[in-house]
Amino acid sequence: MGEYEHLLSVQDLHTTFTTDNGEVQAVNGVSFNLDERKVLGIVGESGSGKSVTAYSIMQILAENGRISGGRILFKGEDISKWDEKQMSGFRGKSCSIIFQDPMTSLNPVFSVGNQLMEAIRLHTDKKGQEARDRAIEMLKLVGINEPEKRLKQYPFELSGGMRQRVMIAMALACEPDILIADEPTTALDVTIQAQILELMLDIQKKLGMAIIMVTHDLGVIAEMCDEIIVMYGGRVCERGTADEIFYNPKHEYTKGLLHSIPSLDGSKGRLQSIEGTPINMLNMPNGCAFCPRCKEAMKICLEALPPEQQINDFHKASCWINVRDGHYPLTEEEIAAGGYTEKEIEEVVSHG
Amino acid sequence: MAEHLLEVEHLKQYFPVREGLFGSKPLKAVDDVSFTIDQGETLGLVGESGCGKTTVGRSILRLYVPTEGTVRFEGEEITAKNIHNLRKKMQMVFQDPYSSLNPRMTVEDIIGEPLDVHKMYSGKKERREKILYLMDLVGLNAEHATRYAHEFSGGQRQRIGIARALAVDPKFIVCDEPVSALDVSIQAQVINMFEDLQEKLGVAYLFIAHDLLVVRHISKNIAVMYLGHMVETAEANELMDHPIHPYTESLLSAVPIPDPKIARQKHRIMLEGDVPSPLHMPSGCPFRTRCRYATEKCAQAVPELTDRGGGHMVACWNK
Ligand SMILES: Nc1ncnc2c1ncn2[C@@H]1O[C@H](COP(=O)(O)OP(=O)(O)OP(=O)(O)O)[C@@H](O)[C@H]1O
Ligand SMILES: Nc1ncnc2c1ncn2[C@@H]1O[C@H](COP(=O)(O)OP(=O)(O)OP(=O)(O)O)[C@@H](O)[C@H]1O
Ligand code: SF4
Ligand SMILES: [Mg+2]
Ligand SMILES: [Mg+2]
Repeated sequence: MGEYEHLLSVQDLHTTFTTDNGEVQAVNGVSFNLDERKVLGIVGESGSGKSVTAYSIMQILAENGRISGGRILFKGEDISKWDEKQMSGFRGKSCSIIFQDPMTSLNPVFSVGNQLMEAIRLHTDKKGQEARDRAIEMLKLVGINEPEKRLKQYPFELSGGMRQRVMIAMALACEPDILIADEPTTALDVTIQAQILELMLDIQKKLGMAIIMVTHDLGVIAEMCDEIIVMYGGRVCERGTADEIFYNPKHEYTKGLLHSIPSLDGSKGRLQSIEGTPINMLNMPNGCAFCPRCKEAMKICLEALPPEQQINDFHKASCWINVRDGHYPLTEEEIAAGGYTEKEIEEVVSHG
Repeated sequence: MAEHLLEVEHLKQYFPVREGLFGSKPLKAVDDVSFTIDQGETLGLVGESGCGKTTVGRSILRLYVPTEGTVRFEGEEITAKNIHNLRKKMQMVFQDPYSSLNPRMTVEDIIGEPLDVHKMYSGKKERREKILYLMDLVGLNAEHATRYAHEFSGGQRQRIGIARALAVDPKFIVCDEPVSALDVSIQAQVINMFEDLQEKLGVAYLFIAHDLLVVRHISKNIAVMYLGHMVETAEANELMDHPIHPYTESLLSAVPIPDPKIARQKHRIMLEGDVPSPLHMPSGCPFRTRCRYATEKCAQAVPELTDRGGGHMVACWNK
């Protein structure tokens, strides 16, 4: 493996599902980079393609799904073209995933120890007593008391929080470079959630891995993430550092999302909500996917896909309002693609 | 006229759980809970999963026969005899907009059903008018009346469920996690609707939710439960800004704050361990096994709720 720029680089990813009602473009040109020791948050509307993006990286899509375009570079190599055998080496060893509901990923008929040691045997050269020792060490690491006893227990004998810890232990047993967490705490109580999040950050520091945190909880994002991508309708609509996204949002969906959470100081009064209903993936507008719900929408929003604009060094967004307000010309990619014609900009500005 | 719309006194709800071959043991889901709700007001009810929030709601509506204690509605004690009539005034909205509505019924029939049950119209025309009025009230389009529940989004289904609860013109609604299953952007719409309805109709809510920011926003008062006990209750902002009970303190410190700068500075009070099983309640204070202030006294007797000033009630020996 030679030099590489980013630990993980997802480039123009497209993922398609074939359904009775036609093709669903669940992920529609998603790009992002992840570096060592970073925590990247993915937020967005339900159905916006967060999980599918994560599953595409791992190639654990449902049978009717496939990666239909783009590249996924891991340490410089395009793993989207890898076969099942290569991928099974990648999973667990280089990249692990934990899911919202640990019950669906733990096998109810095998003991915790059995499953944990199996994962260790599969992905490392540890066997027998060594694998067992490693399993105990991992359970200790995730804060489970009496680990020897726990090894003999079955998933149903553990509380939700403990099962999620076991999942994390399994995911980390082989010290992957990347941990993907898909809503890892959504099913848990806030006090348990706080323990699990703290645990993840703690282990991340110890082992030096990178984390992709998929969640719809803006609180979790704010506490955990260095960088954030916001998804809507299968696309990234905004990306940047946590501070940029929270204090300087530049996409109308992100703005609406941040406004719709109740205030921290308890002030009453109406919440600002995003009107309308979530997007129907089978019936996507030509232009900005958020357009049908956007209060600020202009004519061009309906007609043309907003390109990504560089807001500043730490921040990009894809919203025509930014073009109207003078954030152009734009990214390198866009300049490479020809940028905007005077006429296009004229048109946007005149609709504003 | 009664002093409060709803008065719950020493409510206990035990469930028999089999133990061994012949034995059975009471699971104390709700153990001596008292509170009041006034007309047009909202009491927020929070606490960890399994602490008894739903059971409180269901016992009030007599979906369970309470083991002990009394519930008075407009001054009248609720009994097996009068509950049918009182159901008109007390309704419930559920968490899951996907499973709580029959997908094969039209919106019209879902909302009309309680009207039929309580014979609340004189003819077809009046029935229809009432249904359309209710749909309008919750922000549903009249054209949707003949569509089936499964054709609607989560937020819309929650509106249908609320319209149905409002059909009988209730004065009190138990809202059990009514926005938890909804996307953040849709949540705000539904919360606004709850507040608008309260203003318009003067209906009172027992609002159960785990999102503390949402609870703070919608509630006048908040009550915190732990293992079937009420451990603290106060005016919403007072409780959120000045929690006293050690459990409330750690619960609030665990809430993820959607503001990176505040989040970075926040000091967390981590709770060790898990909630004990309600079948093996600790002696004394239910929280003592995880409490950092616990002393010998806490194991000996259950602390009662006492007023710490201005109606801020706390059940703790040491705080
Ligand atoms: N197996 C499948 N067949 C068809 N469509 C699918 C399949 N899996 C996912 N989709 C569609 O892909 C889109 C993206 O789904 P995804 O699960 O990634 O959403 P998400 O952002 O993770 O949402 P949530 O917050 O609800 O988890 C959705 O519209 C979904 O309906
Ligand atoms: N019908 C029943 N029979 C036996 N036990 C029950 C019954 N209903 C609830 N319980 C038990 O009573 C306790 C309180 O349950 P309840 O559903 O009221 O909790 P909750 O606070 O609403 O939790 P959640 O936040 O998960 O909804 C739990 O231990 C539960 O297992
Ligand atoms: S009574 Fe004792 S154990 Fe209970 S909360 Fe107070 S200090 Fe903690
Ligand atoms: Mg998902
Ligand atoms: Mg409940």
